[in-house]
Amino acid sequence: MSKIHVTTTINGDPVEYLCDAEETLLDVLRDHLGLTGSKEGCGTGDCGACSVTVDGRLVCSCLMLGAEAAGREIGTIEGMAKGDQLHPLQRKFIEQAALQCGICTPGILVAAKSLLDHNPDPSEEETRYWLAGNLCRCTGYDKIIRAVLDAAKDMREAS
Amino acid sequence: MALDSKTDTRPQQFKVVGTRPLRPDGIDKVTGRARFGADMSAPGMLVGLVLRSPHPHARIRSIDTSAAEALTGVHAVVTRADFAPPADPGVADVLDNCMAGDKALYDGHAVAAVAAISGKVARQALKLIKVDYQPLPHVTDVDAAMAPDAPALHEGRADETVPAGMSPNVMARHEFGHGDIDAGLSQADRVLERSYRTEATHQGYIEPHACLATMAPDGQADLWCCTQGHYMVRNTCAAILGIEQGQLRVTASEIGGGFGGKTTVFLEPVALKLSQKSGRPVKMVMSRAEVLRATGPTASSSIDVRIGMTRDGRITAGFAELRYQGGAYPGSPVDMGSMSAFAPYDLENVRTVGFDVVTNRPKQAAYRAPGAPMAAFAVESAIDELARGFGLDPLDVRLHNAAREGTKASYGPTYPAIGLEATLRTAKDHPHWSAPLGPNQGRGVACGFWFNFGGDTCVSLNITPDGTVTLSEGNPDIGGSRASMSMMAAEELGIPYDRVRTVIADTGSLGQNEVTDGSRVTFAVGLATIEAARAAKREMCKRAAQVWGIDEDAVIWEDGAARPAGPNAGQHPPMSLAEIAAIASNTGGPIAGHFEVNAEGAGVSFATHMVDTEVDPDTGAVKVLRYTVFQDAGKAVHPSYVEGQFQGGAVQGIGWALNEEYIYGEDGILQNPGFLDYRIPVASDLPMIDTVILEIPNPGHPYGVRGVGETSIVPPLAAVANSVSDAAGVRMTSLPISPPKLLAAIRSGGS
Repeated sequence: MSKIHVTTTINGDPVEYLCDAEETLLDVLRDHLGLTGSKEGCGTGDCGACSVTVDGRLVCSCLMLGAEAAGREIGTIEGMAKGDQLHPLQRKFIEQAALQCGICTPGILVAAKSLLDHNPDPSEEETRYWLAGNLCRCTGYDKIIRAVLDAAKDMREAS
Repeated sequence: MALDSKTDTRPQQFKVVGTRPLRPDGIDKVTGRARFGADMSAPGMLVGLVLRSPHPHARIRSIDTSAAEALTGVHAVVTRADFAPPADPGVADVLDNCMAGDKALYDGHAVAAVAAISGKVARQALKLIKVDYQPLPHVTDVDAAMAPDAPALHEGRADETVPAGMSPNVMARHEFGHGDIDAGLSQADRVLERSYRTEATHQGYIEPHACLATMAPDGQADLWCCTQGHYMVRNTCAAILGIEQGQLRVTASEIGGGFGGKTTVFLEPVALKLSQKSGRPVKMVMSRAEVLRATGPTASSSIDVRIGMTRDGRITAGFAELRYQGGAYPGSPVDMGSMSAFAPYDLENVRTVGFDVVTNRPKQAAYRAPGAPMAAFAVESAIDELARGFGLDPLDVRLHNAAREGTKASYGPTYPAIGLEATLRTAKDHPHWSAPLGPNQGRGVACGFWFNFGGDTCVSLNITPDGTVTLSEGNPDIGGSRASMSMMAAEELGIPYDRVRTVIADTGSLGQNEVTDGSRVTFAVGLATIEAARAAKREMCKRAAQVWGIDEDAVIWEDGAARPAGPNAGQHPPMSLAEIAAIASNTGGPIAGHFEVNAEGAGVSFATHMVDTEVDPDTGAVKVLRYTVFQDAGKAVHPSYVEGQFQGGAVQGIGWALNEEYIYGEDGILQNPGFLDYRIPVASDLPMIDTVILEIPNPGHPYGVRGVGETSIVPPLAAVANSVSDAAGVRMTSLPISPPKLLAAIRSGGS
């Protein structure tokens, strides 16, 4: 079977690729486009390490086909910092030691940014439930939740 | 584990150690730039996949790979026939686990592998491999495997410690202790006998195993992989493949969690063999189902405890028989479970007996304080039940029996300065202990112990011409250790933290380094870093002496500069590290310090955990409300990452206590090989995890550092169970305390 030609937008850049019908968006990002910041922890939508946004909506890229990205706006961890300016969430994660091994970090940052895009002032409980689809095995989540809440506070104060 | 004392424990003033600088790999990890195991590729790379046994136990009569080999796009197929038998029995087991020989020993056991131009072609090829299996009877439960008529995995492999007449699945028997158990029990006001069970849990690192291998026909090979120890990978793969260690260069990727599960090899020798056969680089990445079916997990356990206590809370004797199944090969951590079970206590009469048992499950791998959490669950539950039965405060009972400096440990050595008592007293004074509890809520405490290790370590510290410092070390950084090493180097050299960059060198760049395990890195690599910095300082003092024309003994290093030592050395302005570095070429050449050691003196570590839970009496669901960790860190180099180790270990223990378990059907097949059904704790399950760092300096480290990574998973199983018992009024002796189990216990009025 021939490959599918897809035209899409990733982190604001126009992108074209060819993919097999069964390839996931995660496969395309990682294997065809060299965007390896999105991670595959499970391939079944349970761990959130592959989190991206599609037209602003939080999605596990392992659960979406590469062909389905046609005409959409895809956001990945690689697009989160603007040039040499880290996003406040990225800065807070480093400052507050909210990562240990770092494999879940891209997915958690994408998910946390999506939370703050929807709700700039989340409670601890809202943050915990929003991030419940992102597994972290190292931190026990404590420093992650604190970093997200602190980043939200900083962003509110800056706006 | 040596407890020799080699440095003094005078309080030290630190400038860098104890602060919280930014980790050097932080930006790479928040931007997606950091390269983990699966993130590397090579020109001409093939994709390797593994065919796995669908049977828990089967003789492999034959494997026909001809159709797979004939498929267009397939470049190599590998079976066990491609590997020569290793001489060393331990290496032979590792190979057998990577690629089955005569028998498939568990559901998911690798039997063949292919390398093809794409994952799609490789998957097609796997379907074309014909394996002729003769299914055999299987056993997955530890007690069933010890029954005389149990199906035997291996014949004649038991070592000489196993008494005659036991099941051939019993591989070894261990015994530790001192005193007279019967005499001790006769002095007790109550003797409690209980049996406990824990299920196998997986380390659950989010990054599946991955590697990229290149092996040329001349035997030179390069391997990139996610591992806790690339030197171990090199040595093991070289032994399996029959090549020289020096010909195989292994580079450790960033590692997406390990917790002990990445201290062995699975894919690596297979990928190298596929690369050798195909003449192309081969990349292999496991799926999550493969990770759960064929790597890790920890042992499951069945433990009988007998403890005698007087009504004032003195333990008169402690006995435990521990039975751990470690999967299909010898080597469950029952020895360490047996050594650690009573380690927190000063007991006149104590004995533990452990049995290492094989079953038709994946070979267990180390998991954070391997063997200790299950043993602590049993002993700490029994102590709690006795204490509460006498109406005594469970912290007071532990304090009454606590091991201290000079205590002869249940496993043999005599303790130097240790921190158990400090954790207990701090816990007792903490507001958490006196906070009110509501209906259906309970509070539990438990103690935990871990040995900590040292081991072979080799580091190189280089001074650059512009006066900055690069430190090369050989242990993958799982949780911020590069920051800690840079901090210790900066502290010792008297320069700012950001002048030091620490890198994890490949196996071609340093001598042997043991695996990142045993909570050894901050201790042992830290020690080596400090000594390497001291060597560099000596050299820099020598260069300054040369410039000043004085004896090198007349120069000291202070505040980042060489200075004349006293008035007799003459008047010379200090020479900073940067000034000495700038003229190094004219004073003898580049300046470096290095240090090689088999580090001893890793101080043992203790913790006390306190947890509040609420039990829903209608569903049996347990909610963790509040959690506090009290642990001795010796000296916390970077307190944020010490806290992180405490928190992460506690939460893994919570998962072990409440949710996580390997579930095997009657058919011997793993029923929950995915993160949906093998459920690790998620953010919404948990409260904040409070931490209290205690610092009782380890006399074996120049700055007093103790390992902190593992102890934190030892107490939570029992702490949670004791809390649930307090909340629900029933004693849970079997983990996990899943809602249906707890509900049944509540409805029957006790377990």
